[in-house]
Amino acid sequence: MILDSKIPEGPLEQKWDNYKKKAKLVNPANRKKLDVIVVGTGLAGSSIAASLGEMGYNVKSFCFQDSPRRAHSVAAQGGVNAAKNYKNDGDSVYRMFVDTLKGGDFRAREANVYRMAECSLNLIDQAVAQGVPFGREYGGYLNNRSFGGVQVSRTFYARGQTGQQLLLGSYQALMRQVGKGSVQLFSRHEMLDLVIIEGKARGIIVRNLDTGEIESHAAHAVVLATGGYGKIYYLSTLAMGCNGSAIWRAHKKGALMASPSWIQVHPTSLPQSGDYQSKLTLMSESLRNDGRIWVPLKENETRKANDIPENERDYYLERRYPAFGNLAPRDISSRAAKERIDAGFGIGPLKNAVYLDFSKAINEQGKEKIQEKYGNLFDMYLKITGYDAYQEPMMISPSAHFSMGGLWVDYELMTTIPGLFALGEANFADHGANRLGANSLLQASVDGYFIAPYTIANYLSNEIHTGKISTGDPAFKKAENEVKNQINGFIKINGTKTVDHFHKTLGKLLYDYCGLARNKEGLEFAIEEIRKLKQEFYNDVKVSGQGDTMNTELEKAGRVADYFEIGELMCYDALTRNESCGAHFREEYQTADGEALRNDSEFQFISTWAWKGENNEPELIKEPLIFEEIQPTVRSYK
Amino acid sequence: MDLHLKIWRQKDHQSEGKLVNYDLTALNPHMSFLEMLDTLNEKLIVKGDEPVEFDHDCREGICGQCGMMINGLAHGPLKNTTTCQLHLRSFKDGETVLIEPFRAEAFPVKKDLKVDRSAFDRIISSGGFVSINTGQAPDATAIPITHQIAEEAFDSAACIGCGACVATCKNASAALFTSAKITHMVLLPQGKEERSNRVLNMVKQMDAEHFGHCSNTEACEVECPQGISVLNIARMNYEYNRALFLRKK
Ligand SMILES: Cc1cc2nc3c(=O)[nH]c(=O)nc-3n(C[C@H](O)[C@H](O)[C@H](O)COP(=O)(O)OP(=O)(O)OC[C@H]3O[C@@H](n4cnc5c(N)ncnc54)[C@H](O)[C@@H]3O)c2cc1C
Ligand code: SF4
Ligand code: FES
Repeated sequence: MILDSKIPEGPLEQKWDNYKKKAKLVNPANRKKLDVIVVGTGLAGSSIAASLGEMGYNVKSFCFQDSPRRAHSVAAQGGVNAAKNYKNDGDSVYRMFVDTLKGGDFRAREANVYRMAECSLNLIDQAVAQGVPFGREYGGYLNNRSFGGVQVSRTFYARGQTGQQLLLGSYQALMRQVGKGSVQLFSRHEMLDLVIIEGKARGIIVRNLDTGEIESHAAHAVVLATGGYGKIYYLSTLAMGCNGSAIWRAHKKGALMASPSWIQVHPTSLPQSGDYQSKLTLMSESLRNDGRIWVPLKENETRKANDIPENERDYYLERRYPAFGNLAPRDISSRAAKERIDAGFGIGPLKNAVYLDFSKAINEQGKEKIQEKYGNLFDMYLKITGYDAYQEPMMISPSAHFSMGGLWVDYELMTTIPGLFALGEANFADHGANRLGANSLLQASVDGYFIAPYTIANYLSNEIHTGKISTGDPAFKKAENEVKNQINGFIKINGTKTVDHFHKTLGKLLYDYCGLARNKEGLEFAIEEIRKLKQEFYNDVKVSGQGDTMNTELEKAGRVADYFEIGELMCYDALTRNESCGAHFREEYQTADGEALRNDSEFQFISTWAWKGENNEPELIKEPLIFEEIQPTVRSYK
Repeated sequence: MDLHLKIWRQKDHQSEGKLVNYDLTALNPHMSFLEMLDTLNEKLIVKGDEPVEFDHDCREGICGQCGMMINGLAHGPLKNTTTCQLHLRSFKDGETVLIEPFRAEAFPVKKDLKVDRSAFDRIISSGGFVSINTGQAPDATAIPITHQIAEEAFDSAACIGCGACVATCKNASAALFTSAKITHMVLLPQGKEERSNRVLNMVKQMDAEHFGHCSNTEACEVECPQGISVLNIARMNYEYNRALFLRKK
């Protein structure tokens, strides 16, 4: 199979304009004859559903939460990037494009990255027009700040709740269309399968989570905006419900997955405190602006942080990366923490954390100043851990956070299945092997507000004469039956171990062997172990209750069943990339001083994967990356 | 630590519910309240019983999905805190904890601790937005908004839609939730144009959903995890009267 990325003609700066000029339109009168399903109501999903609804298509919007406003985009804290150059500090679309491509370790498509930077200009306008109360200067103009890995101020923020405010903006736009009747809303509905008729995506099978009913929904196109699958590690910064099931079921129906093993680990989350723990809370990265990161110089240190004198502390980031110090990018900071923890210098009750120390900043700037800057975060820390970080250093540790991988899409955000689109974190595009902070809200939003409205219309222009798609088609019945069989299967097993037990075990395996660092033996071992665990799951899982009622355990069982397969594919993916890049650190490929060693001559491509059936090895298909505008260089933060 | 739990169990909306006792021992005080329920559920599942259904997702106090009455208080004993951010260290060893769903006519119980809060979505879709189409917005900085106003709008916009204000109100009024959105929108120039229609429609919808009237007990503000101020309600009332007045003219 040859992948066609459909990158438009012309110089980089003109590609998107060229595409838009040529994209086909659908006459307003014909739009109401066309149905579109949008799964997901995060920034990507609610923005595309609202846009298409406004344009006059019939839209059905689905999410598994009780309200679209609760999609996980709501949790993003830091901010959203846009190359507005309001600070006159030399920012531009081109500079943002370069930063993003470099940040992603040259493993993203130039044309996509450029387009994201280009569309960033409009996003802020869109959000402000919707009433998003972004931070303002005293004079009334928009304020922004700088964020990890770049030298200009391009991050717009709404206190520490940027994701929440952006999402409320798009949710309100969505609800406006719901009120008008152009979008039909199905919350508490989970997509469990994709329906394909004559090679095209034509609908989905969902379970009504309140009643347990299995329903079929048909459409001319299906959009998956179902977010990331980082929750596969169990402990992560993601919400409990985040999952990879929608994209995975689409994958099993023929959509290729790309770069599944690239999952960003965030350096500043709160450490695990016990095995009952269900998630790890992210502390804003902004803390690293004033906090200094260290571990004791002595192994298995038992003294309290404040009792350890200055000369017995190892400020390892400042030591290893003098130029960037505590602000070194996420992958590098996370790895450096893991290195110290693994070497026996970790701190805290489980020896799994490092210190983030504000004492110097408090001494120099005063407690008030620090309180003003980070007070809410210190309060949150106190609430969760019971410790006062003004008195003693915080404890932080790396945690799974963002999946750069996802369904492979072309420039139109269409997967390898015609009529199936993937937006936001559910697709693989734009971030390469490592995502820069504040680029993800941006990507999810521009996909939905500015890109997909054109590309989906272009696709739908060929569907005007198709006529209504009927759920009476045998393909729907077949998929419904498969879904029902799977559900009944889970309940019948009636074993002895809970779904969470399996999820936690899988998560630990992935952290250990396909997490911050990977190696060949470990990955091969993990593949074996995951297969065994999956076998055990199908023999011994216990799902209480029934299939035809509300049943949270059943929901979890389906997601974990998919996680086994995704986890296995992650390991395959990591195994075949004999290089280190971004979030992917293969221990065999590092420099003498422990830095990542990329291999452009052999691995300048996107790894995409085709499903070959259960227990068969997946097939690797390569999309070569061609750099016309800038030549890959080595990332160095020394 | 040990806890005695009395949890409301209800099969579905039609069925009658009742309080059921559960004892948990050797709990880690650093556990969150929801992790304590997870622990209980693990035990129930292994025994072959049905776990307690409760709503939650982000577990970091921002999605608004969790929420239950704990010892008669929405989201439990801590001020400005969601249930997911509550930890066992806020309870005494050996304490008896009463856990019930949020109760209001407009929030029908779905199962155990889960209630249906879709009425909030319908209130928003009746007018809680700026009618701007996507795609072509004017330059964001062309309309200056003072720092002060932006921050004030934010204070109201921060509502997470959890419903604690309704659950804690003796009239089950949605005034705090609705007024927070109205205030957020009316403070900003973008939202001013539609202020009259918005407030009239949203208040009408609030009534249609069978939320009660606000009688100014201010219990909502006390329980709100986001510290949304009752001054929003005063603003809503002002906006409502203003809209009625302007419409008559
Ligand atoms: C704690 C945290 C902080 C972050 N901070 C930042 C930041 O500061 N800046 C930044 O740019 N990015 C940040 N990110 C990343 C960013 O928030 C996400 O990548 C982005 O919001 C994803 O948006 P989305 O629309 O793709 O998906 P989501 O918002 O995750 O939405 C997924 C949607 O899909 C639905 N769904 C999923 N599966 C199914 C199914 N099977 N059936 C039906 N519905 C389904 C869900 O119900 C939900 O509506 C952060 C992420 C986290 C976790
Ligand atoms: S006003 Fe407060 S209590 Fe009411 S829904 Fe909003 S956040 Fe929850
Ligand atoms: S689970 Fe999201 S606010 Fe509590």
